[in-house]
Amino acid sequence: MSDQAPRYYVPHTSYWPIVGAVSLFVAAFGAATFIHESTDFIAAESQYGEWVFYIGLIMIACMMFGWFKNVVSESVRGMMSGLMDVSYRQSMAWFIVSEVFFFGAFFGALFYARLWSVPWLAGAGNNLWTHTILHPNFADTWPLFLTPDGTQTQTMGPWGLPFINTLILVTSSVTVTFSHWALKKRDRIVAGAWLALTVGLGIVFLILQVAEYIHAFDDLGLTLGSGIYGSTFFMLTGFHGAHVTMGTIMLAVMLFRIFSGHFTPENHFAFEATSWYWHFVDVVWLFLFTFVYWF
Amino acid sequence: MVAHAEHIPHRSGLAAFLSRWLLTTNHKEIGSLYLWFAFSMFFVGGALAMGIRLELFMPGIQLIEPAFYNQLVTMHGLIMVFGAVMPAFVGLANWQIPLMIGAPDMALPRLNNFSFWILPFAFGMLLSSFFMEGGAPNFGWTFYAPLSTTYGPDSTDFFIFGVHLMGISSVLGAINIMVTIFNLRTPGMKLMEMPLFVWTWLITAFLLITAIPVLAGAVTMVLTDRHFGTSFFSADGGGDPVMFQHIFWFFGHPEVYIMILPGFGIASQIIPTFARKKLFGYNSMVYATASIAILSYVVWGHHMFTTGMPLAGELFFMFCTMLIAVPTGVKVFNWVATMWRGSMTFETPMLFAIAFVILFTIGGFSGLMLAMVPADFQYHDTYFVVAHFHYVLYPGAIFGTMAAVYYWLPKWSGHMVDEWWGKLHFWTAIVFVNLTFFPMHFSGLAGMPRRIVDYSHQFQDFNLVSSFGAMGLGLTQVLFLFIVIKTIRGGEPATDKVWESAEGLEWTVPSPAPLHTFETPPPWPINETETHEGAA
Repeated sequence: MSDQAPRYYVPHTSYWPIVGAVSLFVAAFGAATFIHESTDFIAAESQYGEWVFYIGLIMIACMMFGWFKNVVSESVRGMMSGLMDVSYRQSMAWFIVSEVFFFGAFFGALFYARLWSVPWLAGAGNNLWTHTILHPNFADTWPLFLTPDGTQTQTMGPWGLPFINTLILVTSSVTVTFSHWALKKRDRIVAGAWLALTVGLGIVFLILQVAEYIHAFDDLGLTLGSGIYGSTFFMLTGFHGAHVTMGTIMLAVMLFRIFSGHFTPENHFAFEATSWYWHFVDVVWLFLFTFVYWF
Repeated sequence: MVAHAEHIPHRSGLAAFLSRWLLTTNHKEIGSLYLWFAFSMFFVGGALAMGIRLELFMPGIQLIEPAFYNQLVTMHGLIMVFGAVMPAFVGLANWQIPLMIGAPDMALPRLNNFSFWILPFAFGMLLSSFFMEGGAPNFGWTFYAPLSTTYGPDSTDFFIFGVHLMGISSVLGAINIMVTIFNLRTPGMKLMEMPLFVWTWLITAFLLITAIPVLAGAVTMVLTDRHFGTSFFSADGGGDPVMFQHIFWFFGHPEVYIMILPGFGIASQIIPTFARKKLFGYNSMVYATASIAILSYVVWGHHMFTTGMPLAGELFFMFCTMLIAVPTGVKVFNWVATMWRGSMTFETPMLFAIAFVILFTIGGFSGLMLAMVPADFQYHDTYFVVAHFHYVLYPGAIFGTMAAVYYWLPKWSGHMVDEWWGKLHFWTAIVFVNLTFFPMHFSGLAGMPRRIVDYSHQFQDFNLVSSFGAMGLGLTQVLFLFIVIKTIRGGEPATDKVWESAEGLEWTVPSPAPLHTFETPPPWPINETETHEGAA
C-alpha cells in the first residue's frame, strides 16, 4: 500500500453505469427486434431492429471506452491502493469462473447428445421401441452426419485448420507470457513486440476460423441446421470465436497502453487480467479441439 | 482514510434527485434502490397472483381466458423469482454486508450501480411483452422446450434477452458481493468470525456466479433453436427436449437455494438477538450452508422424475435430495437450540424469524416427500408441489426478507417500527399465508393439477379457501408498505444498538446510518467494555 493512495478509493458518482445500463438495454431490445424482423414468417412492417442493435453495440463500446478510461486515469493518478488491486484480481478471477460455467452449458449439451440423446434415438437403453417406431433407419454415430429427420452433413476433421489453430492459440499463450516477463523487466519495446505478435496470432486464428466456417458451409454442408452435430459445433466454436475476438481487442488495447507508458513492473493489472482471459480462451479451445473435433 | 472524488456541482430539484439515484455509487443508496425495486415487483407479481386466485375462486372459466391465465402463471413466477426475491436479497446484502464486515462500501461501487440499473430495463422489457402481439410468455417460468421453442409466442425473444440482462446484473452483483466479503473485511475479522448473514451471502454469491451463466446458455440455445435452425432440443436433429430440462434445472436447483440461503442467514442473525444467547453451533451453521450449496448441484434431476430418466439416475437424485435434509436439519436444530432457555422476547422481527423456522420446515418436509421417486410420481405437477414451493418461498424467502426489514429498518431510517402495527402485520400475514397455501396440500394430494385454468368440482372448497386467503395476504402486504413508509417518515428514535442484545459491527454506527460508514476500518473484535450478552 503506497503512502499516497487512500486505503480504499470509493468513487463519488459516475455516469458510466447508467450509460451502460441504457446501452445494454438498447442492444438487447434491438437484437430481439432484429431477430424478429429477419426471421418472422410474416413479413415485418418495419426494419429498425437491426439499426437499434448496432447503435446499442456502439453505445456499449463507447461506454466501455469511457468507463475504462476513467479507471485508467484514476490508476495513473495513483488512486488505487493495494487493497483495490486485490479486488480487481478477485473480480476478474470470478468473472472467468462464470465464463467457465457459460461454456459448461454448451459442453453439457455436447456430452448429453453424444452420451445419451443420439444413442437413445438409435435404440440404446430401453429405447428400442422409440427407435423402431420413430426412426428405424437412424444409426448412432459421432460425429452425427445423418440426423433422425434425414439431414446430411459432412464432418470437420481435426487435423487441418483446427490443428493449425490449436498451434496458433497455444503459441499465443506463450508469447503473451513472454510479453509479461518483458514488462516486468521494464522492457517496453520487447514487451510490445511479443504482445503485437500475440495480437497478430489472435487475428490469424480468427481469419482461419472464418475460412473454416466458409469451408464448412460451402464444401461440407455443415451449418447450424445440420442437426445436433452442427448445433454444438457452431455454438461452441462460435462463442469461443466471440471470446477470441474480445480477447484480441483487449490485447490490442493493452498494446496501445504499453506504448502509452501506462504500465510499470509493479502496476499492470489490466495486462494481467487480459492475459488471464487469453489463457482462459486458450484452455477452452483445447477442450473444444479435443471434444468437438478430435474424439 | 477513504478518498472521494471531487464533489459534483450542486444541483437542485429533479436534477438533484436524478443525479443522486442514477449516478450513486453508495452501497446504502443502491441497497435502497434494490429494495424498493424488489418491493414494487413484489406488488406486480402479487397482482398477477391475485388474477390467478380470482380465476380459481370457482371452477369453470369466469374472468380470465385460458391463454391469458398461462401468461399470468408464467409472469408471476418470473417476476417473483427474478424481480422480487433475488433483488430484495441483493438489496439487503448491499445495505448490510459492508456494515457487518466494517467495509467502507462495496468493493466495486460503480459496478454496483450498473448491476442495479440493468434490472429496471430488463423488467421493463419483460413486462412489455404483455402488450405484444401474441401476448406474454405462456410456458411457465421454467420455459420447457418445445413450449418455448416450437410453440413459444413471439414475445419469447424479448423474454430471452430480458433474462440475459437479469443474468448480467446477477453475475456482476454476485462478483461484487463475493469480492467485498473476501477483500474488505475489517483487519482481523477471520472468515469464521463473520456474521452468518455474510456467510450465507458468500455462498449464495458463489451459487449465482456458477448457476446464472448456465441459464444464459439455456436461453441462448432456446433462441438459436427458435430462429437459427439448431436442434438442441429437437429429437429430429438428434437433440432432446429432455436435455433442456437437465440444463435448466442444473441452473434451477442452485437458483432455489439462492432464494433461501440469505434467509437462513437472516434467521441466524435475528434469533440470537431476541433469545439473548449466542447462536448455537456457529461452525456447523457455516458447514451446513456450504453442504447445502454443494448438494444443490447434484439434485437437479428430482424436478424431472416423471420426465423419464434411467433408474440409476432416479435413485441417485432421490438419495442426494434426501441428503439435503441432513444439513437443513442441522440448521433448524441450531435455531431451536439457540432459543432453548433463552430469555426470549417477541418483537416483530423475532416473530417473523420464528415463523420462518416453523413454516420453512413444513416446506422442507413436503420437499422430502417430493424427493421420493415413487411418491413423486403421484405428487408431480399437482398443487402439492405448488404448496411445497410456496411454503419455502413465502414464509421462507419473503418472511425472511420481512424479518430483515423489521430488524434493520431502525438502523436504516433511525426510527423504531411501531410494534403494534408490526405485530398486526405479522399476525394477519401468518393467518393468511397458511390459509392460502395450506389447503393446496390437500387439493394437490387429491389430484388437482397445477398451471391449469379450470378444475374439477371436488376441489372447490380448498380453492375457495386459498383464494380468500390470497386476497387477504395481498392486502396484508399493503399494510407492510404502509408500515415501512410510516417508519421512514417518523417514529420513536432508534438508539445505535437498536435491540438490547444485538451483536455486530452494524450496531456500532449511528442510527440512521450515515451515508459513509467505516471509512477507517473499525477495530475487531468489537471492544465493548460492558460485554454481557451470551454469558451463560
